[in-house]
Amino acid sequence: MASRLPPANSETAGFWENAARGVLVVQHCPACGHRQFFPRAVCIHCMRPEPEWQPVSGFGTVHSFSVVHRPAHPDFAQRVPYVIAVIDLDEGVRMFSNIVGTTPDAVRVGQRVRVTFQPEAGDRVLPVFAPA
Amino acid sequence: MKPDWSGKVAIVGVADSDVGFLPGRTPLSLVAQAAREALSEAGLTFQDVDGVFAQWGDIMSSLLVAEYLGINARYHDSTSIGGASNVGHVGHAAAAIMAGLCDVALICYGSTFGSDRKEGAVSAPPYDLRSPQGLFEAPYGIMSPLGYYALMAQRHMARYGTTSEQLAEIAVATRKWAALNPKATRRSPMTIQDVLDSPIVSSPLHSRDCCLRTDGGGAIVVTSVERARSLRRPPVAVLGWSELATHLYDISRLPDLSGPTGAKQSGEAAFAMAGVTRDDVDVVEIYDAFTIGPLMMLEDLGFCGKGEGGAFVSGQRTAPGGDFPLNTSGGGLSYCHPGMFGVFLVIEAVRQLRGDCGERQVPEARTALCHGYGGVLSSHATLILGV
Repeated sequence: MASRLPPANSETAGFWENAARGVLVVQHCPACGHRQFFPRAVCIHCMRPEPEWQPVSGFGTVHSFSVVHRPAHPDFAQRVPYVIAVIDLDEGVRMFSNIVGTTPDAVRVGQRVRVTFQPEAGDRVLPVFAPA
Repeated sequence: MKPDWSGKVAIVGVADSDVGFLPGRTPLSLVAQAAREALSEAGLTFQDVDGVFAQWGDIMSSLLVAEYLGINARYHDSTSIGGASNVGHVGHAAAAIMAGLCDVALICYGSTFGSDRKEGAVSAPPYDLRSPQGLFEAPYGIMSPLGYYALMAQRHMARYGTTSEQLAEIAVATRKWAALNPKATRRSPMTIQDVLDSPIVSSPLHSRDCCLRTDGGGAIVVTSVERARSLRRPPVAVLGWSELATHLYDISRLPDLSGPTGAKQSGEAAFAMAGVTRDDVDVVEIYDAFTIGPLMMLEDLGFCGKGEGGAFVSGQRTAPGGDFPLNTSGGGLSYCHPGMFGVFLVIEAVRQLRGDCGERQVPEARTALCHGYGGVLSSHATLILGV
């Protein structure tokens, strides 16, 4: 598992620190209000450097999903079949994740989900989503 | 007023190399085979080339080509927009030629993607672990690029009722074209049920919704229409082209995963430059990395309405004998797929317009459209050709 988790850097450290405390955050620009994910060093709407981290509710809707039958990497071989998904957060930001806490064939586009946090190797905690 | 760029340059030579499983060959040896054949059919040599356009996943592909073929090029372009790169290169070559920066452009590709894969190994991540994909997508176990296409297909099905049977129609029709192409890798008959019975890799995509992994290469030679008239084969005019790229792997950049994608804008701009309509197009070559690709591109390019792609391809409409010839070489699904496919789209379109396609010839083909994409429907390049 450690082989697939890259080290935190200046842009992402805040995301992982909040995840470790069970809080899902996205970037928010205090100048123009734009929210974005994945994190960047600038606001892509108004170009202000260093957007801030803002907690979100953790609720969202499944925009799409796929049940994976052939593991993407040996690390995932034990988890097949597992569900990858794109989640539309209620706050208007979209993020990749896994869907957990349900059988894969029960997942639906449009399903309501809520974030939960999955411990990974080392200190890393990964946000994933379960049926709300 | 916009300058009229339509029909100022022409494609004068095309060739695909050997394709298939070719252990012992190298990308550059495949480039060399294709380049010498494409130049020879135009009556040109390596010494005539002064612009090199190449990309097969190496940072400096065009420099590798220059040294391997002994070309001193005053114009270089190793632009990568993924699988569409060589389609985009035609437009880049056209611009360079019209600007007087290049006279004879050689566009080429070669890859041993098929033989390079070790038996039994799962796909290794191609991404930098520090990239957005490495940080926020890969940890969730998404297969790259297949998983992204699966996510788009699932969304398209949820929004528009597109079915696996409709995706399979594309695979089956394309296999029928491959059966008419002596160089195609897979030529045996395949039914819709065969596609549906093939294992699901990442839902909803079955293994037969996915392109091949082979070796292969290709080359395209472009020059001005004036120069083209003095060469050996009838020139195929470049009537229009455009590109649009919005992302690489961050598919949240699309307002909706069911599209429209950048192909909508790219297609509209290419048609506007060419001054032709969708009805004028006789043969279409759209990159088919996965069956959902052509289905969504037919919508975005305006050949059918949004969400109507499934109905459009039903009843084998795109197969030999149908009223919409699509992917007449057998495509990435059945002819070859060495990792990128742009060069092969253009080679086949040119051959159709010249009447060189033998059993798979589309009768009276005068206008062709090529559409390549890269990444995960991230980048797009549209090209319209005519005779």
